[in-house]
Amino acid sequence: MSGSRVILREKAGRKSIKPGDFIEVPVDLVLANDVTAPLAIEEFGKLNMGVFNKEKIVLVLDHFTPNRDVASAEQCLFVREFANENEISHFYDGGNAGIEHVLLPEEGLISPGMIVVGGDSHTCTYGALGAFSTGMGSTDIAALMATGKTWFRVPEAINVVVNGKFRKWVGGKDLILYLIGKIGVDGATYYSLEFTGNGIENIDVEARLTIANMVVEAGAKNGLFPVDKKTIAYLSQLGVDSGEIAVEADEYGYSGVIELDISNLTPMVALPSLPSNVISVEEAPRVKLDQVVIGSCTNGRISDLREALEVISGMRVSKGLRLIVIPGSPRVYRQALNEGIIENFLEVGAVISPPTCGPCLGGHMGVLAAGEKALSTTNRNFVGRMGHIESEVYLCNPAVAAASALTGTITDPAEII
Amino acid sequence: MENTVVEGVAKRLGDHVNTDVIIPATYLVSTDYCELGKHFLEGLDETSRSKFKPGDIVVAGKNFGSGSSREHAALAIKGAGISCVIASSFARIFFRNAINVGLPICESPVAVKSIMEGDSLRIDLSRGTIENITGNVSFPIPPYPDFLLGIIDAGGLINLLLEQK
Ligand code: SF4
Repeated sequence: MSGSRVILREKAGRKSIKPGDFIEVPVDLVLANDVTAPLAIEEFGKLNMGVFNKEKIVLVLDHFTPNRDVASAEQCLFVREFANENEISHFYDGGNAGIEHVLLPEEGLISPGMIVVGGDSHTCTYGALGAFSTGMGSTDIAALMATGKTWFRVPEAINVVVNGKFRKWVGGKDLILYLIGKIGVDGATYYSLEFTGNGIENIDVEARLTIANMVVEAGAKNGLFPVDKKTIAYLSQLGVDSGEIAVEADEYGYSGVIELDISNLTPMVALPSLPSNVISVEEAPRVKLDQVVIGSCTNGRISDLREALEVISGMRVSKGLRLIVIPGSPRVYRQALNEGIIENFLEVGAVISPPTCGPCLGGHMGVLAAGEKALSTTNRNFVGRMGHIESEVYLCNPAVAAASALTGTITDPAEII
Repeated sequence: MENTVVEGVAKRLGDHVNTDVIIPATYLVSTDYCELGKHFLEGLDETSRSKFKPGDIVVAGKNFGSGSSREHAALAIKGAGISCVIASSFARIFFRNAINVGLPICESPVAVKSIMEGDSLRIDLSRGTIENITGNVSFPIPPYPDFLLGIIDAGGLINLLLEQK
């Protein structure tokens, strides 16, 4: 049974669809950011059509904001003018902007069963909430802004059956890194990765968002979690109605099954320069770190900041190391302020960044020099991802990042407390 | 399709060439493909990237174009004058982007295996063949599904929508 195909079948208004079919479906939400929207708007302009629905287009200026330079300011201005002219309801700029995939769920824009397409590869994040969501490029987004429809090749699906419960300092990031390490960066190309099993009920929604966020690092089209009590509670606190959930099966089943007992999982680290170069934190090389980043659409939520602070609180960042903490959205920022998290991080010696993608893509706010090494809670460690092509990025969860910021080298949080 | 026959010299790349390497994020503040083309492969080591000349054909391993959804990657390849990309496999967003911007791409693990650096290639997209002139051997390209051919024949997705208006 593939939930992704059930959603696609319903939206396509077909009795049945099978893997490999090409279908056209209406889309519930179309997303773009300051990198992908300018190109999409240019292509959209060639069509000489209006937007299909100003309430269903979301534009977020989050990558190079607050603007890094004149060129990025002009790109943002271009998007801002488009948003104003077309009266786009969900336009996030300035103090309303946050990292898109942290922001959209919090804004109550995502609900189960939706189809969401974004001009950003990590649009797959919303599968955590039972939506079919995936990334596309700017031309597809342009067509979507005009017509509200797109095509899909109906995907095969791989079932990840999760059992057990995370140990202390182990979480969603470790699960997904472990999985990518196991199947490789193209292990799920063109597939849906669907998470089921008794262990799911032990995984909080924010950790599910982290997991779904990185399915694209295994090449997947989308990731999908079941909608359970935790999802419904999470959404209702945001004022979102979970609606009727289709549980009916489709007859094509899964192309593969992966069993995962998370009880024995340890914190994981992805070594440069692929997210699949994964080893357990104990085996990680004790390299000297120049920078640690806690943030991004993967781990920039309040639970991530809390977890990091729990490790680091009252201590001091290692001399010569820069710790950059990025609350993922204005809401996360405010919550962190109210809980004293920001104050605590300042005491520790961290730099607090405004909500932005910033260093995650080597944009600004923490770019690396040649030879520098960073440990980061982000999702990609490709060559040059955070700056110079001779810099290196290691990936991990927020607790490992915090512990390592204290020691100056990759460290298991269990060694600290 | 505009150019159904493409000829050029094969320049090889490895597996998992991602869009960050094809066009580093710092250059994503432009949408001009000529400008983007100047930074084609700037995220890769100097020797690999300096070997490319306009008209060359990229012959890459598996998972070409993985990572970010930036269509700028397909545009940078066009901007650098690359006439076609052959790979063992493509990442899905890149695949869509290439079709949408009219960058010729073909998937053929067998061809990739046999083509050597510097071989002269002729690719006939309408007949569906990759001909290695140097090696004197031909490979069939698996045909695109009809649905995609519709987009390719129109010259990209935007043109197709304009036709349908
Ligand atoms: S935080 Fe990083 S991965 Fe997430 S949307 Fe921003 S640039 Fe992309």
